[in-house]
Amino acid sequence: MLLRHTPTEIKERSALNINPAKTCQPIGAMYAGLGIKGCLPHSHGSQGCCAYHRSTLTRHYKEPVSAATSSFTEGASVFGGQANLLQAIENIFSVYEPEVIAVHTTCLSETIGDDLKQIVDKAVKEGKVPAGKEVIFASTPSYVGSHVTGFSNMVKGMVKCLAVSTGKKNGKVNIIPGWVEPADMEEIKRIAGMIGVSFTMFPDTSGVLNGPLTGEYHMFPDAGTPMEDIRSAGDAIGTLALGEWCSGDAARTMDAQCEVPCRVLDMPIGLKATDRFIDALRTVAGTSVPDAVNFERGQLIDVISDYHQYFFGKKVALVGDPDQLIALTEFLLTLDMQPIHVVTGTPGKKFESRIRELCAGKGFDVNVRAAGDMFLLHQWIKNQPVDLIMGNTYCKYIARDEDIPYVRFGFPIMDRVGHQYFPVTGYKGGIRLMEKILGVLLDRAERDAPEEKFELVY
Amino acid sequence: MTTATAPNVTATAECRDADLLDERKKQVHRAGQGPIDMACNRESLAGAVSQRACVFCGSRVVLYPIADALHLVHGPIGCAAYTWDIRGALSSGPELHRLSFSTDLQEKDVIFGGEKKLAAALDELIDLHQPKAAFVYSTCIVGLIGDDLGAVCRKMSEKKGIPVIPVQSEGFKGNKREGYLAACKAMFQLVGTAPTDDVSPLSVNILGDFNLAGEIWIVRGYLERMGIQVVANITGDGRVDDIRRCHGAALNLVQCSGSTMDLAKMMKEKYGTPHLRVSYLGIEDMADSLYAVAEHFESVDPGIVERTRDLVRDELAALMPRLRDIRRDLTGKRAAIYVGGSFKAFSLIKAFRHIGMNVVLVGSQTGTQEEYQELETVCDPGTVIIDDANPLELSHYVRELDVDVFVGGVKERPIAHKLGVGFCDHNHERKIALAGFEGMYNFAREVHASVMSPVWRFVPRRARRATVPAGADA
Repeated sequence: MLLRHTPTEIKERSALNINPAKTCQPIGAMYAGLGIKGCLPHSHGSQGCCAYHRSTLTRHYKEPVSAATSSFTEGASVFGGQANLLQAIENIFSVYEPEVIAVHTTCLSETIGDDLKQIVDKAVKEGKVPAGKEVIFASTPSYVGSHVTGFSNMVKGMVKCLAVSTGKKNGKVNIIPGWVEPADMEEIKRIAGMIGVSFTMFPDTSGVLNGPLTGEYHMFPDAGTPMEDIRSAGDAIGTLALGEWCSGDAARTMDAQCEVPCRVLDMPIGLKATDRFIDALRTVAGTSVPDAVNFERGQLIDVISDYHQYFFGKKVALVGDPDQLIALTEFLLTLDMQPIHVVTGTPGKKFESRIRELCAGKGFDVNVRAAGDMFLLHQWIKNQPVDLIMGNTYCKYIARDEDIPYVRFGFPIMDRVGHQYFPVTGYKGGIRLMEKILGVLLDRAERDAPEEKFELVY
Repeated sequence: MTTATAPNVTATAECRDADLLDERKKQVHRAGQGPIDMACNRESLAGAVSQRACVFCGSRVVLYPIADALHLVHGPIGCAAYTWDIRGALSSGPELHRLSFSTDLQEKDVIFGGEKKLAAALDELIDLHQPKAAFVYSTCIVGLIGDDLGAVCRKMSEKKGIPVIPVQSEGFKGNKREGYLAACKAMFQLVGTAPTDDVSPLSVNILGDFNLAGEIWIVRGYLERMGIQVVANITGDGRVDDIRRCHGAALNLVQCSGSTMDLAKMMKEKYGTPHLRVSYLGIEDMADSLYAVAEHFESVDPGIVERTRDLVRDELAALMPRLRDIRRDLTGKRAAIYVGGSFKAFSLIKAFRHIGMNVVLVGSQTGTQEEYQELETVCDPGTVIIDDANPLELSHYVRELDVDVFVGGVKERPIAHKLGVGFCDHNHERKIALAGFEGMYNFAREVHASVMSPVWRFVPRRARRATVPAGADA
């Protein structure tokens, strides 16, 4: 029992995070940066930060992840990191030759008070940024928010540093997908394409972090949103932001900066959220929903009806990031399941109220906590057991100790394959989620069934 | 301005060999081509895509396997999150080390200081888990805001009656090496605080083995068969009480010299404990290490040499026939090694020779000038020796030298795979024991499985190679 130390009795902890359900901002900024074509993320801090983020992303994707670091030392920490960053920018462009560098800060450089805008301006003035290339940046202090905040800040940074309005609209729609997997980014593009919308999506990690094995190593895979596209995103007719936590700020910044009106939707996970996404796309495109999309929707509903009896009334514990959990909670409710414990490590009271709204009147009381941790989730489960756990790889300890069926969902997933290649978004993603949930629920039912009740057909 | 004195970012995105060598002469050397003078142990240049880590990382690695201690990371959440149970340092009992504890510093703590929060966290955690000792890791931010870790730990130690030890591991103070030293200093505070009455004159401590995949249990088994008591496995399956009395041991066995040599030196100075540098990887190094231990104790127990000889003979008699088939398949294949500390590379080069393979590239994140010089003497002529490499360089040499298997850690694996070559994790994600004589067989089998995997036949670059002379497509 790895978690034998978890007591059932819950005491409020004043100063302590045990088994976190979040990590720090910079890794989110790094992931977002990888979604721009030819982009080298740059960590303005000590070497360790960069190494940890790269290793964690590599464990999750099983892909090479390149990022540079300012390699802070004691001197830089006393005198400021400007010299390090200026030198880094010069070295990176001459040695690795990226199209764009996406700089994010760390707790160290934030506390010293390095001003990225001023440093990058200086780099441009001193001719350290070659013509046609860019340095974009975001402030991502590790002691504020979570990895989700860092992702959001870097996407906002893309808008602030790149998007311009020429005054002439280009008829395209911006889609900001939020922190979803490369496979989901691909799926969101596929759906938008099916509706017939002309769009720009950023960031886009599809093809970057789920690339093929060719026998060649490319530091910059031939994928990601081209910088040019993000520049001209300022001329779009509208922005659809998927997920308030990951994408809302960037969309509103785009509106304020370039007068591109925006709508913030939920991430298109599950039936209803996907419906709303498709409806928004349809409205923007001024078309009707094509039969092919309706067909996929019908398939999803078909599976729900076929297997409703096994979903019905099952209690679920969820842990992960706000945007994903909001949409997932809604989907589980669609399946007639009961997400009774919902924890995110990311702070934000709005998360709690949104989950409560979704679960209101559904016949169960929900425990929800923002800025919570997995220790708390485990305690809740000990007090009120569940039939299923959904969350990242670290949930495996709870699942094993409590012997509860478990579906991996979220970030990071370091011990299974699939999240890179198969989406959970859209109608098809909904079917995949059901397949996974049913798989573990029925495997368990069969494992525990006495012989006479061990049935062939479900 | 305190950046490096020589660039370590070198290869271009196109990876042109001329540029690469031109800019990096000082950190790349080909064995047998002139005197070796490596500009190593330098700070990486700003802007480097370095494979290196920080001070905190070094300390965390060394102390992590002490399983019945509380490990509290004082800082924002990331440092604790990224080091949560990512190393397979196995424990035969308590597993408190596998949980993640952080003070999760917030903006207001950065402004007003985090000492109160730290004290409260320790208070709660020690009551909750009743650990034998607590290690409190300092992170970058703590170094900046000036929290007095020492004072908080001292007070808490008095209040709770257990050692609460600060680890001065602010990330920006250097690379992993400084972290190793901070960890050794922390451990040294435990040493000498418990009685040693029942310690045998034939006794050792095991330093610098992390019990990945249970390797320390193999080594302990050998030592026990030789009649030697192991007092403390300090850095693998470690226990606080063992460390407290480890000064009673007659000898320290130090592997991975970078991480724990400092502790051995401190013990030598204060308690007069001699130490031996050992390696448990590969046939010669494992046997030599055991013989060296036997020799050390020969005056106390003359029979030990004979017992050791029997042990080695028995193990080899079982191992060698099993290696034969593997060697037949692998003869002439080429290996690349890129590891954290260069010490491990010595053993690996010898281990590869046993399975018929040539090491054509060897590098490390933190090797020293002396280590690289020594390394050259065991390398074949032409072997590329590299310090603090970046992914483009590694990729370049894998192609140029036509490598069949790459030995490295988590960040190198996907690069090797993208290039269509085999991989062996000799770092903390290894899943099978590679130490000792049985570890040598496991190593050979893993390399064999990876090199001979049918998947490489489907890789365009490698498939082409079948019809083009070796190295021609580099």
